Amino acid sequence: MSIDALPAQSAAAIKSGRRELRSEMLHELVRSKTFMVGAGIILFWVLAAVLGPTLVPQDPYAQNLNLINHAPSSAHWFGTDQLGRDMFARVIVGARDILIVAPLATLIGTVLGTGLGLVMGYFRGVTDDIISRFVEAFLALPVVIIAILGVVALGPSNGTVIAVIGIIFAPLIARTVRSAVLLERELDYVAAARLRGERSPYIMFVEILPNVLSPVMVEFTVRLGYAVFAIVTLSFLGFGIQPPSPNWGLEIATNYGVVAAGYWWEVLFDALAIATLVVGVNMVANSIEQVIEA
Amino acid sequence: MAIFILKRVGLALITLWILSVIVFLAAQVLPGDPARAILGPLAAPSAVHALDHQLGTDQPLLTQYWHWISNFVHGNMGKSYSYQTAVAPLVIKALGHSLELAAVVFVVVVPLGILGGVWAALAAGKPRDRIISVVGLSSTVVPELVSGIILILVFGIALNVLPISATWPPGASLPTQLYHLILPAIPLVLILFGYIEQMARAGTIEALNSDYARTAILKGLPRRTVIRRHILRNSLLPTITVVATQVGYLIGGLVVVETLFRYQGIGSLIVNAANAKDFPMLEAGILVIGIVFMVATLVADILYSLLNPRIRYQAAE
Repeated sequence: MSIDALPAQSAAAIKSGRRELRSEMLHELVRSKTFMVGAGIILFWVLAAVLGPTLVPQDPYAQNLNLINHAPSSAHWFGTDQLGRDMFARVIVGARDILIVAPLATLIGTVLGTGLGLVMGYFRGVTDDIISRFVEAFLALPVVIIAILGVVALGPSNGTVIAVIGIIFAPLIARTVRSAVLLERELDYVAAARLRGERSPYIMFVEILPNVLSPVMVEFTVRLGYAVFAIVTLSFLGFGIQPPSPNWGLEIATNYGVVAAGYWWEVLFDALAIATLVVGVNMVANSIEQVIEA
Repeated sequence: MAIFILKRVGLALITLWILSVIVFLAAQVLPGDPARAILGPLAAPSAVHALDHQLGTDQPLLTQYWHWISNFVHGNMGKSYSYQTAVAPLVIKALGHSLELAAVVFVVVVPLGILGGVWAALAAGKPRDRIISVVGLSSTVVPELVSGIILILVFGIALNVLPISATWPPGASLPTQLYHLILPAIPLVLILFGYIEQMARAGTIEALNSDYARTAILKGLPRRTVIRRHILRNSLLPTITVVATQVGYLIGGLVVVETLFRYQGIGSLIVNAANAKDFPMLEAGILVIGIVFMVATLVADILYSLLNPRIRYQAAE
């Protein structure tokens, strides 16, 4: 079949075929128990982030010096912290920061990484070699350490954390996209586009990009889990969102000092919140990966 | 083989050089004036200028970089802003502590992960396999911060059987040191176990399905011999690479674990240096970690190619 003579009709057929494939994948995802449980957990935290402040019975910022370090009770389900603030309210409201910062950071990383990967895979040769060196230099350090360096250099704020995590993720995602592009560029439709006289940016972004979207999607969900992981770690280490904003990692860092006195509730529920969100995101990521690879 | 190793070492050196430039730019150029940072916003401009001159930060960037990197190569990592002493001995001492913790982690997790993976693969698809895989996967995704906190709450506080601080009393014997490292090692073991177990499992299943394994079984070799002589050797190949790439991960995990358990390793050194804006210390710590990671990757590459001739010949072409 000659591809240059592809009529508009069959282009539409390809598009509807793609849509059909997508709805089939969606069906398969909904059937997967892992996906549904993971999605349920994420939905819970999204609701907590959006509606949290209006739903929780107590004000997460209200200090009460008569209620310092109280154990969990019917009035304060998760107990109170060193300033007498209600831990349940703080844990629920604490979802907000992370659910804004993590997806934005991952999105930036995915967009940058996909662009970089397309360029590396499509041009190969010297361009690829040079960028690869930089990517490897970046990958020689653990994510948390580069992030600390970036936050120290630029000053701590939500914006910095988003930018730094996004930039760190870009080379990781680029590596995956690059190997997918290396396979695609050898296929006939790319040769056809080149013979038609299309420019490189057109071939990369209009021809190749739609065909490497599956690995990009898998990368996005997998990286989202890592982003939550990294952001929580950064705020625990003191390089993220600043107090008095309730934030799981930061809460653990500030309340960690009194754990030895037996006030376990001041860190346990934040830790469990982190664990559930990370596990939920990973469950969704795993099932998407399985459906796409199947 | 020599060409292959030379090529690898050359690439590693180029990567390290780029890394040093990134670290230099991020720590020395972006934060602005170091003297101003040390002296604070109220210091007189003349004092800031004098300190800048003393630190050498008023010279051109290229000169500064050359000065820093050539000293670094000779083992002089500069002077710490906060301690006012040479950085090198502090970094090396901290690295020693971290390596001790890392050694404990690896000694536990590598055999455990390989055994788990092979054992799971031998029962592929059966409940035993599924249980091990689920345990491996879930232990890998839970952040070390979370598992560390729960371990501290359970073993350190509720049961009160293990110390929650990893810093041992001065002059402690090796068993005492190890006793203090039990709790900090577990979160890292949990995370690495899943990765190693999965690789070992995949490698074993591939080897089990191979023609040579079938031949060995069909010619009547006992199952034990087939596993030991034919399966293990091939299934361990990919595992070696995973172990080496996890070195970088381990160092990242050390940052959290060392802070959580108050351990004086390179991870907590970097965190403290970053909080105090002690840039010479920060740069040295990060570059040392980069070197450790590069060396680990290099060793793994070479080991892998020694064990797998296919890679060796491909790379030499």
